[in-house]
Amino acid sequence: MSNNVDNDKRRFLTTAASVVVGGAGTVAVAIPFVSSMFPSAKAYAAGAPVEVDISKLESGQQITVEWRGKPVWIIKRSPETIANLATQDDILLDPESTTSSQQPNYTANQTRSIKAEIMVLVGICTHLGCSPTYRPELAPEDLGAEWKGGFSCPCHGSKFDLAGRVHKNVPAPINLEVPPHYFLGDNRILIGEDAKGAA
Amino acid sequence: MKKLIFTLLMSLFVAGQAVAASGGIHLDKVEVDLSDQASLQRGAKTFVNYCLSCHEAAYMRYNRMAKDIGLTDKQVMDSLMFASDKVGDTMTVAMRAEDAKRWFGVTPPDLSVIARAKGTDWLYTYLRTFYLDSAKAMGTNNSVFKDVGMPHVLWQQQGYLTNDHSEHGLTKTSEGELSTHEYNVMIKDLVNFLAYIGEPSKIQRLALAKWVLLYLVLFFLVAYPMKKAFWRDIH
Amino acid sequence: MFSSLMNWVDERFPATKMWKEHLSEYYAPKNFNFWYFFGSLALLILVLQIVTGIFLTMHYKPDTSLAFASVEYIMRDVEWGWLIRYLHSTGASAFFVVVYLHMFRGLIYGSYKQPRELVWIFGMLIYLALMAEAFMGYLLPWGQMSYWGAQVIISLFAQVPFIGSELALWIRGDFVIADATLNRFFAFHVIAVPLVLLGLVVAHIIALHEVGSNNPDGVDIKKHKDKNGIPLDGIPFHPYYSVKDIVGVTVFLFIFSLILFYAPEFGGWFIEYANFIPADPFKTPEHIAPVWYFTPFYAILRAVPSIAGSAFPGVAAMGLSIVFLFLLPWLDRSPVKSIRYRGPYFRFALVLFIISFIALGYLGTQGVTDLYTLLSQVFSVIYFAFFIFMPFYTKADKDKPVPERVTFK
Repeated sequence: MSNNVDNDKRRFLTTAASVVVGGAGTVAVAIPFVSSMFPSAKAYAAGAPVEVDISKLESGQQITVEWRGKPVWIIKRSPETIANLATQDDILLDPESTTSSQQPNYTANQTRSIKAEIMVLVGICTHLGCSPTYRPELAPEDLGAEWKGGFSCPCHGSKFDLAGRVHKNVPAPINLEVPPHYFLGDNRILIGEDAKGAA
Repeated sequence: MKKLIFTLLMSLFVAGQAVAASGGIHLDKVEVDLSDQASLQRGAKTFVNYCLSCHEAAYMRYNRMAKDIGLTDKQVMDSLMFASDKVGDTMTVAMRAEDAKRWFGVTPPDLSVIARAKGTDWLYTYLRTFYLDSAKAMGTNNSVFKDVGMPHVLWQQQGYLTNDHSEHGLTKTSEGELSTHEYNVMIKDLVNFLAYIGEPSKIQRLALAKWVLLYLVLFFLVAYPMKKAFWRDIH
Repeated sequence: MFSSLMNWVDERFPATKMWKEHLSEYYAPKNFNFWYFFGSLALLILVLQIVTGIFLTMHYKPDTSLAFASVEYIMRDVEWGWLIRYLHSTGASAFFVVVYLHMFRGLIYGSYKQPRELVWIFGMLIYLALMAEAFMGYLLPWGQMSYWGAQVIISLFAQVPFIGSELALWIRGDFVIADATLNRFFAFHVIAVPLVLLGLVVAHIIALHEVGSNNPDGVDIKKHKDKNGIPLDGIPFHPYYSVKDIVGVTVFLFIFSLILFYAPEFGGWFIEYANFIPADPFKTPEHIAPVWYFTPFYAILRAVPSIAGSAFPGVAAMGLSIVFLFLLPWLDRSPVKSIRYRGPYFRFALVLFIISFIALGYLGTQGVTDLYTLLSQVFSVIYFAFFIFMPFYTKADKDKPVPERVTFK
């Protein structure tokens, strides 16, 4: 009788121990498989900063460069465009750029830039990752009379102003991302890195 | 019920055509006919003379084209192959992509499947609606492809059009070598050829279709009586 | 000769037993109608997709610099490659057509109800696996729609609170959709998901054959058996339904061939036009929409606005719209299975549901306008209301008396 109880107990304990130890082993074996799906060393290495020459950039023009496989836009804004940025606060969701993940500290200003005339943005919509279209014209038919230039996303209709700030009542929840960047000279920008000492 | 499903499928199909429509710009209709070999041959000639200097059709082989549009390999090698010497080659160009990008701002796209991406009506309209625009580096702009990087390659044939931004669209302001009608035919042949290189197998596909359908009808004619025969004793 | 060979096999493997259990002595109700073709058709398409898929992998290259060209290579240079590719691409859409009709059959005849809950659950899991399979397969041609469709769908995972961005990174295997993504989608599409699908299909059929098939009257044929224990209204699946299904298959193949040979893109619904432009990570096509079979759920996603700086509610609503389908057997409180004997409340709700599902499907293909967003919201509400209020209206419904035996003319 007591032998039976002992054996039941022994069976229970050894089974429990086997499940725990075996389970731990299974989890350990799963780790390499799951981890293998994260970006490889090659993918990480591809994230090197990109140097861009903007000497030929004309006012109102947009150029696109590749950084970490994503499109990065550089836009030269005219003085009128810059002046317009200040008039849009009531249609913007976050005119003050308060979400710190979306820009480095040194561009958390009204123009979201280091130099007001040069705008640098990651061209990926903050809703579901499409690449918005540059629409600098004023009041085009499809975007309405209030349109002061900006970006409109072809996928789900999100709208942004020319500083990449998101409009109210569109699917995208936050402003477009400003990548870390700094000026190497008057006409050269390095995208992907903060200036030494800045952060 | 079966009829209902079929109607539903067909109405979906019709609705589907609408998806392809361009963003509000009126497109002129063009009839594509892959069995019109004379048209395909004229289109091929226009293509290799005017398009193939910048655009590739890197998936299209010369010898396949020869066979499908009713030419011999020899004819193709003599009169249609400038960029390559093996008749089994595909239609590539010598121009380097970097040069192209410098000249036109973009690399001219490969045209192998352009007719499937853009649709033949779009191509037919696009190739006939270049107009003078002094603001552009190339001197011309296009009605259906605004600010396109491509110049008006066929200006000698068509002449030049101007856009007075009225409802009527474009007016011809300088004559080309061809009349408007002749130019339209030339573009129609070219679009026909582009449709052909978009899917050369379409010729086989359409040829095979009726035999497959005929076989299925035949099979139905034996399978249905078989079903009837088995089900006679179910009450 | 043959029977002694079968004896030899049967002593070692239950071949005859399985043949009898699942075919020659599987008694199915004799009153199956049109709607009962779609199960066997789905099985046929599964085989078609696996066979054509195997032959496509012999020529396709899962590499971002080669993928697009390798599809064109199949379409032009490979002998009969165009046919195999079109069979596969048309087969994908046909699979969803057939599966949606198969699910609709379950809905109208109450085939998910007790005791067939697990048949329904396995079926729903097949549907989920099928969606994953189709989504990953659509990336492989590496056209513009492949790329941007995948971009949007993977971004959905990035909306999950807290772990979202890590999760998206893990799925992509890179910071953007890249070679790593294409390569793994290929692995999932050609081996991982198909294995899961096959297993689920076996489970679906075993569960069905354990409880027996429902029928358009929704009555239990096992209540009335003859002296041998065979249901009076049952007939052996083979030969009766095998010969009937062959006729169904022929008609299906006729329609399938019409599309395959005369309109393989099906006006942009089966192969989208923008997918003939190679993927360009810097330029989203002017109008992007998923392939038609995803659009109802996509419309639900777009109908829900962002809340508190997060697009997650839309993603959650889309997920919930599928979760509710899983719960159907427990939401339906009616004692009656078939629509033939259901009361007016259920019939009305079902009509509204089908209208909203189709409307959402249409809206999901269209661009965003204020009117369309509003319509999507209205139809999304109807979609969810169908499930949420189901326990109440099915219970309160004025059902008709169900006959003892099946009706058969």
